[in-house]
Amino acid sequence: MSSLARGEQAVGITDLTITFATDGGDVRAVDGVTLSVNAGEVLAIVGESGSGKTVTAKSILGLLPETATASGVVLLGQDNVVTVSKARLREIRGTGAAMVFQEPSTALNPVYTVGWQIAEGLHAHGKYTRAEAKAKAIDILEKVGIPDAANRVNYYPHQFSGGQKQRVVIAMALVLDPELIVADEPTTALDVTVQAEILDLLRRLRDEFDTAIVLITHNMGVVADLADRVAVMFEGKVVEEADATSLFENPQHPYTKKLLAAVPYLGSGTVRTQERAAERALTTSEPLVVAKDLVIEYPGRLGRKGFRAVNSVSFEIGAREVLGLVGESGSGKTTIGRAIGGLTKITGGSLTVLGQEMLGVHERRFRPLRRDIGFVFQDPATSFNPLLTIAECVAEPLIVHGKSPNARAARSRVNELLEAVQLPRAFGDRFPHELSGGQRQRASLARALALQPKLLIADEPTSALDVSVQAKVLELFAELQKEFGFAALFISHDLAVVDILADRIAVLYQGRLVEEGTGAEVLGAPQHPYTKRLLASLPVPNPAEQALRREELRLLRSEE
Amino acid sequence: MAIDTADQGVALTPRRPLWTRIPVVHQVRQSVGLQRGMLVAGLIIVAIFVLTSIFAPLLAPFGYSQLSDAHGNFGAQKPPSGAHLLGTTVGGYDVLSRVIWGSQTALFVIVVAIVLSIFAGVLLGVVSGYLGGWLDRILVVVCDAIYAFPTLLLAIVMSIVISGGRSNLVGGVFAAAISITVVFIPQYFRVIRAETVRIKAEAFVESAKVLGASSGRIMFRHILRNATRTLPLIFTLNASEAILTLAGLGFLGFGIEPTSAAEWGYDLNKSISDVTSGIWWTSVFPGLAIVLAVLGMTLVGESLNDLADPRLRTRRRAVGSPPPAPTSDTAPEASTDVVGDLALEVRE
Repeated sequence: MSSLARGEQAVGITDLTITFATDGGDVRAVDGVTLSVNAGEVLAIVGESGSGKTVTAKSILGLLPETATASGVVLLGQDNVVTVSKARLREIRGTGAAMVFQEPSTALNPVYTVGWQIAEGLHAHGKYTRAEAKAKAIDILEKVGIPDAANRVNYYPHQFSGGQKQRVVIAMALVLDPELIVADEPTTALDVTVQAEILDLLRRLRDEFDTAIVLITHNMGVVADLADRVAVMFEGKVVEEADATSLFENPQHPYTKKLLAAVPYLGSGTVRTQERAAERALTTSEPLVVAKDLVIEYPGRLGRKGFRAVNSVSFEIGAREVLGLVGESGSGKTTIGRAIGGLTKITGGSLTVLGQEMLGVHERRFRPLRRDIGFVFQDPATSFNPLLTIAECVAEPLIVHGKSPNARAARSRVNELLEAVQLPRAFGDRFPHELSGGQRQRASLARALALQPKLLIADEPTSALDVSVQAKVLELFAELQKEFGFAALFISHDLAVVDILADRIAVLYQGRLVEEGTGAEVLGAPQHPYTKRLLASLPVPNPAEQALRREELRLLRSEE
Repeated sequence: MAIDTADQGVALTPRRPLWTRIPVVHQVRQSVGLQRGMLVAGLIIVAIFVLTSIFAPLLAPFGYSQLSDAHGNFGAQKPPSGAHLLGTTVGGYDVLSRVIWGSQTALFVIVVAIVLSIFAGVLLGVVSGYLGGWLDRILVVVCDAIYAFPTLLLAIVMSIVISGGRSNLVGGVFAAAISITVVFIPQYFRVIRAETVRIKAEAFVESAKVLGASSGRIMFRHILRNATRTLPLIFTLNASEAILTLAGLGFLGFGIEPTSAAEWGYDLNKSISDVTSGIWWTSVFPGLAIVLAVLGMTLVGESLNDLADPRLRTRRRAVGSPPPAPTSDTAPEASTDVVGDLALEVRE
């Protein structure tokens, strides 16, 4: 479909430099990048947040904010996007190159039907009657795998699931037969099982339509699954560029090596788990958290039934034990964590936390127990009061529970805690925004551990972090757990992360607990079909192995 | 974010000196181009206004209620001359002196109105937003009801109720200020409440909650200071509205008597009949004073609004010169994370 033959250059970037004007002076986000992508090829740009990968990709479509200045050449067809006029840029967008955005729910306009939105792109580039445009929209929706497209072309975005929405976004990008598709983290907002389907779709675009694809991602598994060539970006520069197989097998640049080493692998936690289980067997005690037929319902609107987020879930967390809770978005895993922390009321069954029944408990009765519960939140950027220093934030639990009169008196204890999480003492005087994500999450751990809690609830503590930082935080978490001996509920959507830390793993699916057991049991010999699919969907950072796993997943799907 | 070295790293930009972090000074330094022009122009006008009102006794050639001097009566409706630079009014007052003294009344009203409304509005907003429930609903309904009233009508009613016919300076100013307060409290309440409701859902409030902090502590240590970020903005916009309301009251005849204080609205009212008979100086100068004072306040307010929003804030265009080269592995973190930078600015 693409006008270019396979192997012809779709886009060529030469010596691209992009500088942003910020309040803190000029910032060079992209520094002398040279890349090219051919038709029928997937180039993955990987790197951590701030490495300039998104800015580079957006510059291909001329989508830079006003504060940016670009120099160099971005050759798309015959046009240099950096210097081309605005009118010509509008012509190129859509026909020459199109974009697939990260968050499908915000990339679609909620008040128009998807058919209308697809037709909008057509109308911008040519004359179509309403019927023609609609026929074309139906055609393209079928191509991206939307069932019953003739009907669903009239649906609004909210009537589609997340994965289908991303398919629609891809359809919008495809409708004008662009030579190049820029996909900016196209699967980051999706669940693993859905991610596998979208990656399949992108692969089909490459194979059947010879579309060139620039894939931006931080997930090495996705890279291994889809990419032909990989460019690794670090601080605005391309530090390594190679085809996917040789990059994974034989990384050259030290940064690439570090990045690959930091990616969590499935099955790495088994040994550690056994060690810890042996230790724990010596000391038996009452479980700290017992859930029996736990039900949590969110009230519905007037006259409607409430939404049952957690449905008849039973589990236990023993002392010094780490329970990993895995599930996709909407499975109820966060709700369970919040219920244990007393942030969400339970509506049925029984949940006993540190001996206190949570059904109908009053905040006043529960408050004294809070000193024994630590909580680490998902996003370290928002879980600190931006106007207090780190030391004041970490001292907060000590003050609230009367262990010290004010932040200054608590400082020596705060220093100890900061050192325990491997942060320099001086960081106590900084404000949260002056720390990086990983540092903030360490401080968050320090705050959660300030009162030496018996139980720590960690709600996706590493999902907002870059992969190398994530590895360090996980390592620290394991060390602290050993040292302080707290029990933990570790909530995550990433099986590999849970595997590293958890003694036992519980898998949630649509509010129900479908499988529970040790890491070896759940990951080694999954029983429930959902767990099997979840495991098979998880891309591993190794192209050859991933190709095999893809086949397994296909078989698994055809069985169902 | 640089790999591990930066995660451990210590190098970050040093704290800016204290004087550049003072609210308005910080914004002036931050702004560029037209935005800076607007802000500086607004600040100059406001400074002139404030200085005039403070030094009114020194600047004004005559008292605000003075009708005569050693040479006898001023005379009514005298055109601008050497003795009376801006002429005299129909009541025989000196226009220049009335305009200068009027700034003092205006400033007085602004200060009293804002001090009275800001504390009540902010307190009610935080409590109502955080606790929610029936208290919140009642307060919101009451505030909506006050909103539904035409503000000037409400101010008139209040000034009649409060002053009850007295017209000395303090009584008159307080009548005007309190009637303005009634209208302003809902504004502060609304803004602070909306911010509180937003902040209530933030993770750091929840993290305070799971620590076991009491509601009072959460409200006043964690929420209050974060919610007051937009206050300087409403503050300046309300100040200009306060002047307009006072002038409106005066113009309608509910103001302060000329013998108690000078008031621009009152002077405008008295000069209506002059306009048709070609006597321009009695209306133009008080009117100009009102316009300038309001313009200054609004310029400052709007500029602060634009500067507070990184999407509206203009920056010096990048000249393409490279930023200083990172000296060690630990330095680049601050410079690479552009998105992070913006996010930080928002939080500041």
